[in-house]
Amino acid sequence: MLKIKHFAEQSWLLIVSSFIFGLLIAVTYASWKPRIDQNEKDKLSSLMSALITDADSFHPAIKNADIISSKGKILKTDIYKAIDTNNQTIGFAFIAVGPGFADKIKLVIAVDSNCENIFGFKVLASNETPGFGSKITEDYYANQFELAPVAKLQLSKTGIPEKIDSQIVAISGATVTSDAVVKIFNNYIIQIKEKLQAEGLI
Amino acid sequence: MTTAQPQLGHTFIAGLWKENPVFRLLLGMCPTLAVTAAVKPAFTMGLCVIFVMICSNIVVSLMRHLLKPHLRILMFTLTIATFVTIADLFLKAFQPVMSDTLGPYVPLIIVNCIIICRAEACASKNGLIISIVDAVGMGIGFTVVLCVLASIRELLSTGKIFEIPVMFDSFVPWAAMAMPVGAFITLGLLLGLVNIISKQN
Repeated sequence: MLKIKHFAEQSWLLIVSSFIFGLLIAVTYASWKPRIDQNEKDKLSSLMSALITDADSFHPAIKNADIISSKGKILKTDIYKAIDTNNQTIGFAFIAVGPGFADKIKLVIAVDSNCENIFGFKVLASNETPGFGSKITEDYYANQFELAPVAKLQLSKTGIPEKIDSQIVAISGATVTSDAVVKIFNNYIIQIKEKLQAEGLI
Repeated sequence: MTTAQPQLGHTFIAGLWKENPVFRLLLGMCPTLAVTAAVKPAFTMGLCVIFVMICSNIVVSLMRHLLKPHLRILMFTLTIATFVTIADLFLKAFQPVMSDTLGPYVPLIIVNCIIICRAEACASKNGLIISIVDAVGMGIGFTVVLCVLASIRELLSTGKIFEIPVMFDSFVPWAAMAMPVGAFITLGLLLGLVNIISKQN
């Protein structure tokens, strides 16, 4: 009983403050969430346009597609189809999420209309180490995914980055982040292809 | 009243020069080096730090009599983290491009030594007004240094200030100034200059 009393005397301020500060953050987040979501949608749209430059518009092809993560967890993602000015489907884009070195990495990945080749990826959200993990956005790394086959990708520490194949050369000093991006690709692209096939979209 | 006014003035001025967090105390080096490649992100970072420092100093000053000595750092961190999260959410909602530019450096304000230093050295020992004045002085001192550093780097690396071209046509951009090496060199030279001025005074 004395121990509980001592604990309460010592920590009541911390507990009360945690509750009040938590409430303050929750209220702030709830009030600004619609704006943050809209900003994310705008950003997603601009990133998809940057990946599939010939696209005139993007429309949801499959909503809330189930993707099973490497740990068996079910993740939901929307798959968008890119439509050109002739109303033809010229590719697909989707958001892919996976654990990075510091936090979750959120990518936008685009594939061609037959889901045979990758158009590339853009980073939607990342808190990777500045100067190291953040280099996944740089051409040296990102360009290796362009036109790579929709198949299991492999990370290697040495190789020719310019060669278009399923082998991705890691960024020196950021192997964990490089590996995280490859794992995100491997987790998503095959399952996305299966979803598109099952829906008769390719 | 006669002693309070000079004390407030001294507290405010101290943050700008005598106890400038970057030039004199060498605190908050991470954002000083990392976000000063251009003036806009540097200025935004400065404003975020001012907001967080004022809010945390207010809260710490108000609860200073309730703080347990062994739990005070935990309380400071909790308070600072709350206001940094709010600043981060604000940027995400109203300045999404700047939020992306600053990236993880906004959440990293939580571990900025200047804020925890002012909470410990000033707010936990002084009243509300002194704590606010101290936060404003230190915050402005930090922001000015960031902007000066960023102006030099942006000017030499792009020929622009606030993204407006200001250099002559034949100017050759010095790319290294936009990289970490440029931050270290500029900061080192400015620190040397400040030391020379201080010695002369």
